[in-house]
Amino acid sequence: MRPLKIVVLAKQVPDTRHVGPDAMKPDGTVNRGKLSTIFNPDDLHAMELALNIKDRVPGTTVTLLTMGPPKAADIIREGYYRGVDNGVMISDRRFGGADTLATSYTLVKGIQKLAPFDLILGGRQAIDGDTAQVGPQCANKLKIPQVTYVEEILEISENEIIAKRRLEKGVETVSSPFPCLMTVHGSSPVCRSRHAKNVMKYKYARTATELRSADEMLKSLHEKRPYLTIPEWKVEDIEANIEKIGLAGSPTKVKSVENIILTANEAKFLNESDADIELMIKELIEHHTIG
Amino acid sequence: MDNFFKDTPDFKFHLEHPIVQKIIKLKERNFEESEQFDYAPLNHDDAIDSYEKILEIVGGICSETIAANAESVDIEGPHIENNEVVYAKGTTANYKALYEAGLIGMSLPRKYGGLNFPLLTYVMAAEMVSRADAGFANIWGLQDCAETICEFGSDEQKEKYLPRFNRDGVTAAMVLTEPDAGSDLQSVKLKATYSEEKQIWILNGVKRFITNGDADISLVLARSEENTSDARGLSMFIYDRNNHAVEVRHLEKKLGIKGSPTCELVFKDAPAELVGKQRFGLIKYVMALMNSARLGVGAQSVGIADAAFREALKYAEDRAQFGKVIIKFPAVYEMITNMKVRIDALRSLLYETTGFVDLSKAYGEAMKERKLEKEERLEMKAYEKLSNVFTPLIKLTASETCNTIAYDSLQIHGGTGFMKDFPIERIYRDARITSIYEGTTQLQAIAAIKGVTTGVFLEQIRKYDSEVLEDNYLLKGKLQEMTLRYEEISEKVINLDSIELLDFHTRRLVEMAGNIIMGYLLVLNSQRNESFTKSAKLYVNLVVSENIEKYNYMNNFETEDLALYKLENSEVLETTI
Repeated sequence: MRPLKIVVLAKQVPDTRHVGPDAMKPDGTVNRGKLSTIFNPDDLHAMELALNIKDRVPGTTVTLLTMGPPKAADIIREGYYRGVDNGVMISDRRFGGADTLATSYTLVKGIQKLAPFDLILGGRQAIDGDTAQVGPQCANKLKIPQVTYVEEILEISENEIIAKRRLEKGVETVSSPFPCLMTVHGSSPVCRSRHAKNVMKYKYARTATELRSADEMLKSLHEKRPYLTIPEWKVEDIEANIEKIGLAGSPTKVKSVENIILTANEAKFLNESDADIELMIKELIEHHTIG
Repeated sequence: MDNFFKDTPDFKFHLEHPIVQKIIKLKERNFEESEQFDYAPLNHDDAIDSYEKILEIVGGICSETIAANAESVDIEGPHIENNEVVYAKGTTANYKALYEAGLIGMSLPRKYGGLNFPLLTYVMAAEMVSRADAGFANIWGLQDCAETICEFGSDEQKEKYLPRFNRDGVTAAMVLTEPDAGSDLQSVKLKATYSEEKQIWILNGVKRFITNGDADISLVLARSEENTSDARGLSMFIYDRNNHAVEVRHLEKKLGIKGSPTCELVFKDAPAELVGKQRFGLIKYVMALMNSARLGVGAQSVGIADAAFREALKYAEDRAQFGKVIIKFPAVYEMITNMKVRIDALRSLLYETTGFVDLSKAYGEAMKERKLEKEERLEMKAYEKLSNVFTPLIKLTASETCNTIAYDSLQIHGGTGFMKDFPIERIYRDARITSIYEGTTQLQAIAAIKGVTTGVFLEQIRKYDSEVLEDNYLLKGKLQEMTLRYEEISEKVINLDSIELLDFHTRRLVEMAGNIIMGYLLVLNSQRNESFTKSAKLYVNLVVSENIEKYNYMNNFETEDLALYKLENSEVLETTI
């Protein structure tokens, strides 16, 4: 089996499981300063899947790609601690405020810079937006097959990868040619822990931005050990169209945010018929849940 | 999820002890390995930062994996399949998690794939693992054997066996006990014969009560000298499981630590390699191995005690009776606070002892590479002396106290604690072995009495006393008074010149010294960190009266009374009929 080149997409997200009362600003946007940040849980599963393939197919390399503010370099460090080979940050103020469309555009530009690749892995969805759109949009833009809800890789051969998908009512086994993109479900194995030697090796990994405010010791260490410098790509580095990134590239606008107290205590099950779905959509529009 | 490192600030505190500076300096030799290994520390602060980060990994695995599996491991236990041990599923998962995190061979030198961590950090990890699952701690803790190979093996053996620990995650075992050689290891019979034809040693015989007996790499104590029957006929050997020449005949069914397989092994023409020199097996190598194992049991006991304390606290804060949570009742809060106070004391003694052992070992290692300065040699001797008496002291006190704490914790749970509904039932059973294996409490007392008779304890107590600030005059006064009483009574017992009488009071004398030492350590801790102030006060109060009791007992004891304690066979029969 030839070695694979895997890219893992990961996002730093607010720790929504530990939300305080001041988590939202009055204007309805997230008050990031008040929330601790974590590695998006589904993305950790994706990273584990990648590392597992690396264990199975010798020579495979795993590159972690993340887009975010300077602090998101934590994600790359975490990846190194757990065994990825490379990490790349896409970080530039101009990328800020991106919705899923602008995000997938930006990530795809990054992925293309990393090409060639065999497999792109990402979590099913991020806990801050819960859209599950970024993975599929990337596949679409890259014009490669996508497999969502992956739980396990059953087989890898020269030209084909066979995965088990975890669906609501069962599992599905599908095969895809390379290259392809997969989004990984939270039912897949939990990510391995940090490796002691990797932690000690990479704890001083920094982006150029971070390094600017670091002490001399760290700067000279980076000169001696270039692998500690995390590549940090700006708009120009990935040749992104300024119209398609950040707020400008994001048609999604948040109209308002309300606090909702959930009172219903039962779930509603729908059949898969178009008629039922249409009825449900009408109901949701009527209640102003969507629209 | 909790992290066992982060929820125990004491670890960080003990890593800040001044002695750690010295240990790191010796172990890292000017941090020169950072040129060669990308994970070696650059300076002192970097080393400490690495220790904390790695212990945090251990703490995470302990809470998320090992503690979570503890119940199922206790129920499932290991079994034999085709003469080999198969671990409980949880045990395999636990070991895999620690192996994948690079935590096997923590204290081995880097050139053998280890982390070159001081014993101090390793013992902290062992404490956390034991808090999560005491039985599993044995399997993981047997990486001590690698240390012994590192200390006494040939270069060839080190190259051959040591890298396998971190790289492949091999397990280890110390194969000492036999049906007729338990505490008395000089009676070991397992036969080692040298085959001139094959130019190797061959082992034949039976071993019993062997923890993790089916390990990948075993250190075996065997009789290499024909026609001998004492310690000087014994040598130590490495047996590699890949030779498939040992049969696991039986697994013991035990009261506790059920996840840890206790094996009966049959060696059938098993090829083995001699470690070090012939005849030094017991008198040198096993003694060293046992000393680290004793420190390991000390850590295990503190871990168990901590687990029991936390269970008690959780239950008492939650359980309401007579209209209030039971922790509000004096009888309950007294027990719980005393648990905490005793754990603080034990932990201080544990890391004090570990620091001594660390330093004496680090000097030992340094000596292999360079000539030590005169001052260093003296210091090495001093730390060796302290290690030799503090190690049995911590083993004795921690194992006995963890049993008391587990007992009290179960008591706080009431009837529910007696059922299998709460972890305390398992913890209580697991605690019981600690005062038995790796040398019983009674044998530890005999090993530690040298600290009383040679004055090593007293000298160290005086040193602690000189470090107590005047602000602490109240506690200092009490401790000085305790010391006077200890000095007086130990002199009295020793001067009576009866070995039997000294043996009779041995444990009492050792415990008196231990109480004073732990009292001082807590007071000194409180000088570095106020959070120990309460424990120091409460602990000293507790042990003042304990020591008075022991003092009075020994002071009023008539040597002739010894005879009254001796039961003749006929007398035993009469009283039992």
